[in-house]
Amino acid sequence: MRAAFLAALLAPLPALADTDPTDWDAVLAAAEGQTVYWNAWGGSTTTNDFIAWIGERVAEEHGVTLEHVKLTDTADAVTRVLAEREAGQDADGAIDLIWINGANFAAMKDADLLFGPFAEQLPNWRYVDTAKSVTTDFTVPTQGYESPWAMAQVVFMYDSADLAEPPASMAAILDFARANPGRFTYPQPPDFLGTTFLKQALIDLADDPSLLARPVEEVDYEAVTAPLWAWLEELTPLLWREGRAYPQTGPRQLQLMNDDEIDLAISFSPGEASTAIANFQLPESVRTFVLDKGTIGNASFVAIPYNSGSKEGAMVVANALLSPEAQARAQDPEVLGYGTVLDVAALPEAARAAFDALDLGVATLSPEELGQVQDEPHPSWATRLAEDWEARYGVAR
Amino acid sequence: MPGRRVHDRRGRLRAFPLLTLAAMLGPLAAGLWWTIRPALGMMDGAPSLGPLRATLDWPGLPAASWLSLTSGAVATLGALAITALILAGWTGTRAFGLLQRLLSPLLALPHAAAAFGLAFLIAPSGWIARAVSPWATGWERPPDLLIVQDPWGLALAAGLIVKEVPFLLLVSLAALPQAEAPQSLRIARALGYGRVTGFLLTVFPRLYSQIRLPVYVTLAYSMSTVDVAIILGPNTPPTLSVQIVRWMADPDLALRELAAVAALWQLALVLGGIALWRAGEVLVGRLGALWIGSGRRGRLDGVAGGAGFVLALLTALAVLAGLAGLALWSVAGFWSFPDALPDSLTGRSWARHGSDALATFGDTALIAGAATLAALALTVGCLETEHRGGLRPSRSLLLLYLPLLIPQTAFLPGLQIMLIRLRLDHGLLPVILAHLVFVLPYVFLSLSGPWRAWDGRIATLAAALGAAPGRTLWQVRLPMMLRPLLTAAAVGFAVSVGQYLPTLLTGGGRVSTLTTEALALASGGDRRAIGVWSLMQALAAFLPFALALALPALLFRNRRGMAHG
Repeated sequence: MRAAFLAALLAPLPALADTDPTDWDAVLAAAEGQTVYWNAWGGSTTTNDFIAWIGERVAEEHGVTLEHVKLTDTADAVTRVLAEREAGQDADGAIDLIWINGANFAAMKDADLLFGPFAEQLPNWRYVDTAKSVTTDFTVPTQGYESPWAMAQVVFMYDSADLAEPPASMAAILDFARANPGRFTYPQPPDFLGTTFLKQALIDLADDPSLLARPVEEVDYEAVTAPLWAWLEELTPLLWREGRAYPQTGPRQLQLMNDDEIDLAISFSPGEASTAIANFQLPESVRTFVLDKGTIGNASFVAIPYNSGSKEGAMVVANALLSPEAQARAQDPEVLGYGTVLDVAALPEAARAAFDALDLGVATLSPEELGQVQDEPHPSWATRLAEDWEARYGVAR
Repeated sequence: MPGRRVHDRRGRLRAFPLLTLAAMLGPLAAGLWWTIRPALGMMDGAPSLGPLRATLDWPGLPAASWLSLTSGAVATLGALAITALILAGWTGTRAFGLLQRLLSPLLALPHAAAAFGLAFLIAPSGWIARAVSPWATGWERPPDLLIVQDPWGLALAAGLIVKEVPFLLLVSLAALPQAEAPQSLRIARALGYGRVTGFLLTVFPRLYSQIRLPVYVTLAYSMSTVDVAIILGPNTPPTLSVQIVRWMADPDLALRELAAVAALWQLALVLGGIALWRAGEVLVGRLGALWIGSGRRGRLDGVAGGAGFVLALLTALAVLAGLAGLALWSVAGFWSFPDALPDSLTGRSWARHGSDALATFGDTALIAGAATLAALALTVGCLETEHRGGLRPSRSLLLLYLPLLIPQTAFLPGLQIMLIRLRLDHGLLPVILAHLVFVLPYVFLSLSGPWRAWDGRIATLAAALGAAPGRTLWQVRLPMMLRPLLTAAAVGFAVSVGQYLPTLLTGGGRVSTLTTEALALASGGDRRAIGVWSLMQALAAFLPFALALALPALLFRNRRGMAHG
């Protein structure tokens, strides 16, 4: 009796009045009629359409209303939750679900701004392929505080009408730029894709990439990054606009590709090129390639702020995102072209058929062709690299 | 008893200035307070100079500050010069009618949409280059030229000019009837001055004194714009305000302190810019007096008038072509350089975004309508109080303009924290109130000049005929003021439709308008989606202007005395 009482006292209790994620029927009952404000980057029309579709599904099946709050930057949502906590608004905050990963997740988890753990209690978690990097996020353990919904891997797009043989290493990209000045650029850091480009270049150029798994402070930063800066020093004057201007986001880089201003572009989604071709956003001759040594891969997650008033509804949405139906739809290049987080081979027959039937699209590499997936560096690298890049190239004229 | 009633009314009217000031200065003061605190490092603990030092350590600070100052000054000077020249050279002509019809609707167009249109027009892979390639230029690929996002901010200034010319023109036209232009011009012409020179020497000084505040607002806005600068401005480094927004959005809280310091610095820059501008006014006034004293009639009349016409036409055509470009993108299939037209047309983009955009249209109009009506009521109340009390334009009412002279980035984040603290950050009301902060000054700015310039003898006459002040207001003054009232309402509506940061920050991200949606898409750069949303946005702001122009013409068709100007 006393032992049970003590155990109950010591057990990590979810916040008062929140439904226990393990009691899924109770979650469903509480979710009915809730409105979930999903804060997700709104710069991609295909993603917006997919989120609208998920909204229709959860409304039909569980009576949950999903509102997509379109962000220009995920950090806005983090700032918002921080501001709410500073103001003492610990219940019914404005945000119920955030599309998140990397530094934003690390920051929110560090500051105890997230609800959880809930991810591994979701019914559809059983389909998730835990061999993929879905339980760590930029080396930070997720511990169930965010639920994965899409896999991403760096690929490069090139126009096969202009380029016969794509450059398969950062050194080869520099050679390409020497031969074709002004035909390559990357999104301006600290844009996440631009920062990813810096990380990818560093991994490819560094003598010992394994050091990047450790926080920046623990290694000899100058020595590790020296090859990157030397490489950029030579590359920058050969970039589009001689490096005096950069596209601000990935999609704007895509537009440059479509306008035939550049020949090469980085992407964090293997299916993005095929989807863009289907949407008239890229020429049909565009193809993708990966670097010989491999490229960075990571997962996209959804997390629930600690002060959401619709946590159950948010969990229902997170679970719906993991359903084989949604995952197959997200992988369809006509829709999104995102990689699935599920273990397709282990799915029930009917669910697997939907994946098998997918035509991944002309510009999408097969899982084998995507090759070696490299882990994300520790989040501290992104911050430091973006800062240093800005000091060197972002403000110098 | 009648005396008591009058007293009561005046008492009630007295509430208007107080109410107006509270609506404006409350949010402003709270927001500024929450800017100053982090700037002094007072968020947790004693004041420190840490944030100031950290901001000064940012290597981009001198360039970003200089850029804000120069692009703002160039934009304002350019817009004012073009406005003055077309007014001087062409008022009353058929060509002027054409320009006015071309330019007026452009005021309604949100800055971001105009900027996007312009960017597509002038980029090396843009519409102009496509139209002449490869047959005239030999370009099979776009040339690697730094036109958009140039480090000097010229594209940014151009983007601002095309939007500010219609604004200055409209406020000038609303004020022109009070500047006695026809009489002065007749005398100047009779004395042998050319049309342009005569206008600039006699009418323009009077006109300028009425549009001075809108000019300062243009300067302040141009120096601190965020959306136009993101699209057309440089990024290595960006303008100061863009950098403030970036620091503000960073999850690293320490950067907010830098943003706060930079916000106060931006405020100082804007105030300094206005002081410099004021000094310039005095200088130009002296030069003008010298000119008049010299008795020279000037020989560049035709050239100046012609240049004004060409520049104004270019302004209008640039925006209209940009809009046409956006419209074409909204129905474009695949479209790459150097094709002047898309390979195919498709309704897909409209099918995808049309219904969403229409739903958002409703919310946008609701917010804008509510904020505009409230602003009109408060403004007329204030102006009437001033009139009946026989007060000179009150100094305290100048405070109304603070929200336009203080960069949005300086006090909106603080405002957000205040709203959250009061648990008011849900629903449309806080958004409407936040919009009111910005709509009110614009409405006041465009209405106060014409209102104050109204001939008070008409009121005396009405009183002599036995009309109470209320009756004079409703039956004489308001009908006579219909044109400036409608203009003010249209300006207010357009200002509300174009608001981005206030909607984002006070709506808790849950309220979306056509502008927040379009800018979210803009960050993605999908020209097709931007095309659909920008056209919807332009439509939302365009309708009131159409009414503002059409209604007086319709109502006053038999009363030439009221329709003049």
